[in-house]
Amino acid sequence: MERVPILKIGDILLVSIQLDMSDQTAVQLQEDLAERIVATGCHGVIIDITALDIVDSFVGRMLSTIASISKVLDAETVVVGMRPAVAITLVELGLSLNGIRTALNVERGMELIAAARADELDHQLDDDPDAETATP
Amino acid sequence: MALNAEESGRLAALLGGHAEQVTQRWTDIVASSLRGRLSHAELRRQVEDLHRAIVGAGEQGAIDLSAEHAAELRAALSELSRGRARQGFSATETTISIFALKDVLADLVQGSATADALHDYVAFSKLVDELGLFTFESFVRTRESLIADQAEQLLELSTPVVKLWEGVVAVPLVGTLDSARAQVVMERLLQTLVDTGSPYAIIDITGVPAVDTQVAQHILKTVVAARLMGADCIISGIRPQIAQTIVALGIEFGDIATKASLADALRHVLRLNGVETARRQPRRDV
Repeated sequence: MERVPILKIGDILLVSIQLDMSDQTAVQLQEDLAERIVATGCHGVIIDITALDIVDSFVGRMLSTIASISKVLDAETVVVGMRPAVAITLVELGLSLNGIRTALNVERGMELIAAARADELDHQLDDDPDAETATP
Repeated sequence: MALNAEESGRLAALLGGHAEQVTQRWTDIVASSLRGRLSHAELRRQVEDLHRAIVGAGEQGAIDLSAEHAAELRAALSELSRGRARQGFSATETTISIFALKDVLADLVQGSATADALHDYVAFSKLVDELGLFTFESFVRTRESLIADQAEQLLELSTPVVKLWEGVVAVPLVGTLDSARAQVVMERLLQTLVDTGSPYAIIDITGVPAVDTQVAQHILKTVVAARLMGADCIISGIRPQIAQTIVALGIEFGDIATKASLADALRHVLRLNGVETARRQPRRDV
């Protein structure tokens, strides 16, 4: 059975989908990705769909599921590289990728994850009054 | 409707025999109907072409516009109507050039006064009607292709995507936005976003005369599609009347940023990007 490769780059896992997704490959990808996030402790997942000509409701749901799983494991998911034709089709069909962040390309996706991560750390510092008082 | 071989022969003989008289009279009638907008010499050349084509077709046997040997006649008629259509003449002014032949024939047939004169004239006049209809058809076809060409040119020239800043592109929309144009704008904008890797797009609607629910729908679709791809859209150039219309129609732009002018939109995007614009001390001439 074909598997989707998952690459680790720094603090980010990169998933590049190059083949048509079937039920089985989708489930396999979800399992693999969850394991890799736990194993590596990464805080970001980038899913690259540049090679996909068609994004239907099935692929859309798969992306949403992956985003939710990653969220539970404290990793931010960004979908990158959606083609114009795909975006137009999704809009015409009335499908929206709820809860999924998107970026134009992998580079922007990495920036987005880094920015989100920085925001989160700032918030944690702000929320914790001891952190500031403890260090004079 | 077509003439049989015998009638065609008689028509060819009639027209061929009085060539000079026919072209002269025919040109005069057409010239008076066009009131001097085409030179006499040019009209005469056109009429001679037609005359030659009709006589030629008649000598070759039964005149039937759809037949093989009438190709020259068809070409002459098409050329005449194409020329007239491009020069901006009306349909009446074009077809009258053909129907003028009826008057010419009436004179000729009256002059000959043979037993079959009436029968011949009716047959000839049916043929002229057919020629006139053919001319009208090709006139309309030429006009339609002119309109189609113009619509296409309009589509090409009116949707540029310009780069305003590093990572910021703008689409200044000008003119009414129908479905076809909206589609072109949407595709071009999204493609530019991918090509340039710009995360921000500004859609400027200063040049859109009216915004109804359909136009708003097109703009919203573009914004949603851009968001799916990971880019943000800002709508700018909303004139006061347009703002009132939007509210009156109950159109919801949701969380899409809208700005009054392109400058405001650019400033907004730059601030999001973390670019600060500061005014330097203006130069003073002492």
